[in-house]
Amino acid sequence: MESTALIKVENLSRFYQNHRAINHLSFTLEAGEVLGFLGPNGAGKSTTMQIITGNLAPSEGQVSINGFDILESPRDAKQQIGYLPEHPPVYRDASVDEYLKYCAQLRRITRQGIPQAMLQAKQSCGLSEVGDRLIGNLSKGYQQRVGIAQAIIHNPPVVILDEPTVGLDPIQIREIRSLIKNLGKERSVILSTHILSEVQATCDRVQIIRQGELIYNASIEVLNRGNERSICVALKNPPTIETLQQLEHVSHVEQKDEHRYHLFFDINSPAEALVKKSVEQDWGLYELTPDQQSLEDLFIELTQHQPTETAAVVES
Amino acid sequence: MIFVIARQEFKTMFLSPLAWVILAVLQTLLGYMFLAQLDNFYLLQPQLLQLKNTPGVTDIVIAPLFQISAIILLMIMPLITMRSIAEEKRNRSLSLLISSPLTMTDIVLGKFFGLFFFVMVLVSLLMAMPLSLYLGTSLDFGKLFSIYLSMLLLLGSFAAIGLYLSSLTENQTIAAVATFGALLMLWMIDWLGDTIGDGQTVVAYLSLLRHHQNLLQGVFDTSDIAYYLLLIITFLVLTVRQLDRERLL
Repeated sequence: MESTALIKVENLSRFYQNHRAINHLSFTLEAGEVLGFLGPNGAGKSTTMQIITGNLAPSEGQVSINGFDILESPRDAKQQIGYLPEHPPVYRDASVDEYLKYCAQLRRITRQGIPQAMLQAKQSCGLSEVGDRLIGNLSKGYQQRVGIAQAIIHNPPVVILDEPTVGLDPIQIREIRSLIKNLGKERSVILSTHILSEVQATCDRVQIIRQGELIYNASIEVLNRGNERSICVALKNPPTIETLQQLEHVSHVEQKDEHRYHLFFDINSPAEALVKKSVEQDWGLYELTPDQQSLEDLFIELTQHQPTETAAVVES
Repeated sequence: MIFVIARQEFKTMFLSPLAWVILAVLQTLLGYMFLAQLDNFYLLQPQLLQLKNTPGVTDIVIAPLFQISAIILLMIMPLITMRSIAEEKRNRSLSLLISSPLTMTDIVLGKFFGLFFFVMVLVSLLMAMPLSLYLGTSLDFGKLFSIYLSMLLLLGSFAAIGLYLSSLTENQTIAAVATFGALLMLWMIDWLGDTIGDGQTVVAYLSLLRHHQNLLQGVFDTSDIAYYLLLIITFLVLTVRQLDRERLL
């Protein structure tokens, strides 16, 4: 399986003076995979990404991208990557078209190929109508899109996005997410974030890091399957717990407060049976929500077990 | 690749009003000085005629003009070079270049040649004034070429020093002040004069002024050219090393 790994990170460590930001981190990214990089602030997400893209040198360890080592053949390795740093690296004085043309030239796209590459990047990032506007005058969301357009203009096999939705409004967030999903159809994507729903919405696999160490690594499917699913119901005249427990598909019931219950189930949702029963016996159902807390629970459980060392990690 | 970066640098310079203002102010000031020198020349003309081996208009008008413009440019070049790397650092846009398939040397050379194109425009504009004299008199083109070359090399050295100091900081003002200080120091380093004995030749060799004066007088000495080229290369190498080192910090 090794031949398909696009990015291979081995035993990566990174020190800032005496502070260890990354501690023997190893992972791989397969072709066509969207990998979510999850961790609390200062866990080393940005540092890892900066090392993979050659913006920082590792203190120890190796990174190879599509077979090219980032230290030994940086030029070839960088050609394989599109990178959006935390702050989009845009020139505020340039128009979107000027900027993207410059980026295309920097990425060694041939003169004939540039108009096509620009058109495609603009189309997939929804920038077609703002081509001649100055980047400095665009909203934060659009600047972020310009940043993403810059990262995909040379059609790299790997796209690395560092917190692409920070500071955006909910509509923009949704747009960027669907953009990322589309990217993931043709390319491999690494996405860092501390927003859990983002990972659940866009990623195939999730890695949680804490204090520079990989503490969790699994596909989203495994994550969802591994945790029992549940729904939360609120009933005005709740029956006894035993009655709820006897509903079809329910494995067990937990009482949350006077009116609310968590109903756990394996595969099929008991919602239908519950609604039916509720109407028949006048339980007064007024709320029914699926619980989606599995990843959040996991995240908090994993990241809260802090070692005694509380040094703040510098994320630069 | 170097050319792509250089062209972008050059374009960016003219996107802000700073470059235009600098060119306009410089041209006005030096135009006025040119006029004053020319006036002087008219006053001196009768006396000059009585001398044997008279200095021509190139020596009396043009060489002093470029002597003065070098000093004015010493104050102005820091304003041009200050933004080249410091601004990108502040805006965090340097990672665009670093994550592109380029070497650090490409980036630094691109930045330098961007500045150098600007210098060429600037010197050519200044050269246009003395060339206009050709309408009415004859000029010493050998000397003129030597002056042109000297200005390019001198301003190229200013640019390389400014580029290096701009790579050390995120703050443009600090880059400008430091560059100004460094240039002025290199300008007046030989003022120590005779007091330091043997050291004097070394100190004199380091002075930007000496080499500039030689070339202005039309003395084309390889050691002067080598001095400028060495200075430029040294500071470009330092800049590459600085940017490389930042990835390790």
